[in-house]
Amino acid sequence: MNDLFHVSAAPHARSPITTRNIMQDVVIALLPASLFGIYNFGIRALSVILTTILACTVTEYVYCRLMKKQVNPADYSDVVTGLLLALNLPVSIPLWMAALGGVFAILIVKMLYGGLGQNFMNPALAARVFLLISFPGQMTNFAVEKISSPTALDYINNGAVAVVDSVSGVTPLAAVKAGETVDLFRMFVGNHAGTIGETSALALLLGAGYLLYRKVISLRIPLTYIVSVVIFALLFGGHGLDANYLLGQVLGGGLILGAFYMATDYVTSPASHKGQIIYGIFLGVLTGIFRIVGKSVEGVSYAIVIGNLVVPLIDKVTRPVSFGKERAKVEK
Amino acid sequence: MGKSTFLGGIHPYEGKKLTMDKPTTVLLPKGDLVFPMSQHIGAPAKPIVAVGDHVLVGQKIGEAGGFISSNIISSVSGSVKAIEKRLVVSGKLEESIVIENDHEYKTVEGYGTKRDYTKMSKDEIRGAVKEAGIVGLGGAGFPTNVKLAPKDENAIDFVVVNGAECEPYLTSDYRMMMEEPEKIVGGLKIMLRLFDHAKGIIAIEDNKPEAIEKFKQLTSSEERIEVQALKTKYPQGGERQLVYVTTGRKLNSKKLPADVGCVVDNVATVAAIYMAVARSTPLTNRIVTISGDAVTNPQNFNVPIGTDFGEIVEAAGGFKAQPEKIVFGGPMMGMAMYTYHIPVTKTTSSLVSFLQDEAAVEESPCIRCGRCIEHCPLQLAPVQLAKAAAHNDEEGFVSMDGLECCGCGCCSYVCPAKIGLTQKIMQTRNQILANRKKAK
Repeated sequence: MNDLFHVSAAPHARSPITTRNIMQDVVIALLPASLFGIYNFGIRALSVILTTILACTVTEYVYCRLMKKQVNPADYSDVVTGLLLALNLPVSIPLWMAALGGVFAILIVKMLYGGLGQNFMNPALAARVFLLISFPGQMTNFAVEKISSPTALDYINNGAVAVVDSVSGVTPLAAVKAGETVDLFRMFVGNHAGTIGETSALALLLGAGYLLYRKVISLRIPLTYIVSVVIFALLFGGHGLDANYLLGQVLGGGLILGAFYMATDYVTSPASHKGQIIYGIFLGVLTGIFRIVGKSVEGVSYAIVIGNLVVPLIDKVTRPVSFGKERAKVEK
Repeated sequence: MGKSTFLGGIHPYEGKKLTMDKPTTVLLPKGDLVFPMSQHIGAPAKPIVAVGDHVLVGQKIGEAGGFISSNIISSVSGSVKAIEKRLVVSGKLEESIVIENDHEYKTVEGYGTKRDYTKMSKDEIRGAVKEAGIVGLGGAGFPTNVKLAPKDENAIDFVVVNGAECEPYLTSDYRMMMEEPEKIVGGLKIMLRLFDHAKGIIAIEDNKPEAIEKFKQLTSSEERIEVQALKTKYPQGGERQLVYVTTGRKLNSKKLPADVGCVVDNVATVAAIYMAVARSTPLTNRIVTISGDAVTNPQNFNVPIGTDFGEIVEAAGGFKAQPEKIVFGGPMMGMAMYTYHIPVTKTTSSLVSFLQDEAAVEESPCIRCGRCIEHCPLQLAPVQLAKAAAHNDEEGFVSMDGLECCGCGCCSYVCPAKIGLTQKIMQTRNQILANRKKAK
């Protein structure tokens, strides 16, 4: 009966964009930051990255097999989670801890809540927070014992020695908090201590530019988030209009990584434009409170994880008014 | 007043280059012609001929079956072979008159006589449109004479001629605009005679610059007619989007264009009005686009209504390879059929054939990317509506304005998880509306 043609409901045209190539784009966008992390912290960074990615993909696969669920056709969402988690870890973390984080992210945060699209928190960040609470010492130890031998580029940039002592245990944001002046250019390029992926604003922005170009993300969440942090720091930071202090806030503590790559996670951010702006402001204020009022130095992870929890609420109140209708008045 | 564009919408692959620059071919069919009695919104027409009767081109063979209904006119001369159920594009079997073609195309008396419409009264004009069996040729099939008789004709501020043709692949309206623009302008002038305070707007998407230029020249001395170029974006030709962009006025599903002072008609409909009123020629022919990557010589044909699509496909050189899917209408809102042996009706503008069925993809889980919301031209939340539909939550569906959905297909198109949102929403919407009708 090959005379019969396919029959299905309209529309019969579909855009070429798929979940899979969106996830691929995110992986591509994270490559500069990952490569810089490996360059900055040495080959061990690569093993942390591979460990978390492996932990995530294996956990997802085993879970699906055990639960007799269809194994997701490689949509790369587990790779994205693994990669993001690694970029949020210090290079010195024991590998078994990194693997545990990956298992936690996929098993507890993602699969147990129903898998892709159902988790109410960003899996990578939830895992980071889990590790921070469980192993505070290892998770905040940014000292690097071994730096790879200096490369030609090191000499050109700073001289190899500078590279080695730049990756000492003190993160620039901690220095900012302590009231010290920081080298903004070095913060921007990323030759300093921190988690594997958060140090280089340059590499992160390069990837973010790619995601914006590919229209995978928009500026709504990241921009409002970062601007809100700056405004909060301006008002309550106690340093007034001190560019070094304010830019230090922006470039430090994983704000760029969080704002562009994790606050924009589709699953755990609001769907409407208005909701996204509210969410960005909420995250900015929360981060400001954690950083300036609270004792903590960073705060981005906590802010986003808590922000994730209010997303359903934001979605509910920001549902757009449909075309040609006024918003229904509440009946008394 | 007018707006530069509307919120939402998409830019699908246009596919218009396949056919847009080829002149329309006139095709006279060889086989029987089939006239379904329901080619419009409203009550089906009633056959007024019997098997064995001889009929002529332009002869009324079906009488409008109510206020919202339309006459059916024969496009061929010959004898009535049967009155029976025949397959139509919706997949249903509809009562149809089958006419055996005598290949003489003899016309009824007075067919094609020129008339001076400036000397005709408004009622005479509306009467001529009604007799001619004209309905909205853009696809909806709403009886045009009803549209031309709103409650208060003085409240009509705009007559909008829809030349957007935003559906991919379709170029039948474009060819009409390029080849017979005088008829469209003539039809609009007739319509403006019915509405003394109205301004005429010919609205064309800016991917058809030659057509825009042509109409600007033709109407340069017409004070009451304006040509407006629209930004090319699907669904610009949708009634609500078109009215908004041309006049700044907003419609919802409960309102007709007349409620906001507008009358909207597709270019082919407007040309048909001209033919009916000024040339005494009822609606017997239409232009259809035969296109897509599976057809050998994609092009437009001017064919008598009732012609079997199989004959037109043959005239286009047949298929170069077995198509996987055939769609009547555009790929965004058209209907797929398992066969192409169905008659051309007033509202079927095209046959688009595809070697590959893009829609034959597996759904994966929603990743809440929000693209469906961003691209919905009516600012609905398709993903939430589809969820409500899946849970049979009618109350939630209605409270989220699910009944507003116009079925344009943008949400299904953009969804990266390839979820059939439009289908799920339309199914629930139509069911709720049907139940409400029953309850009345």
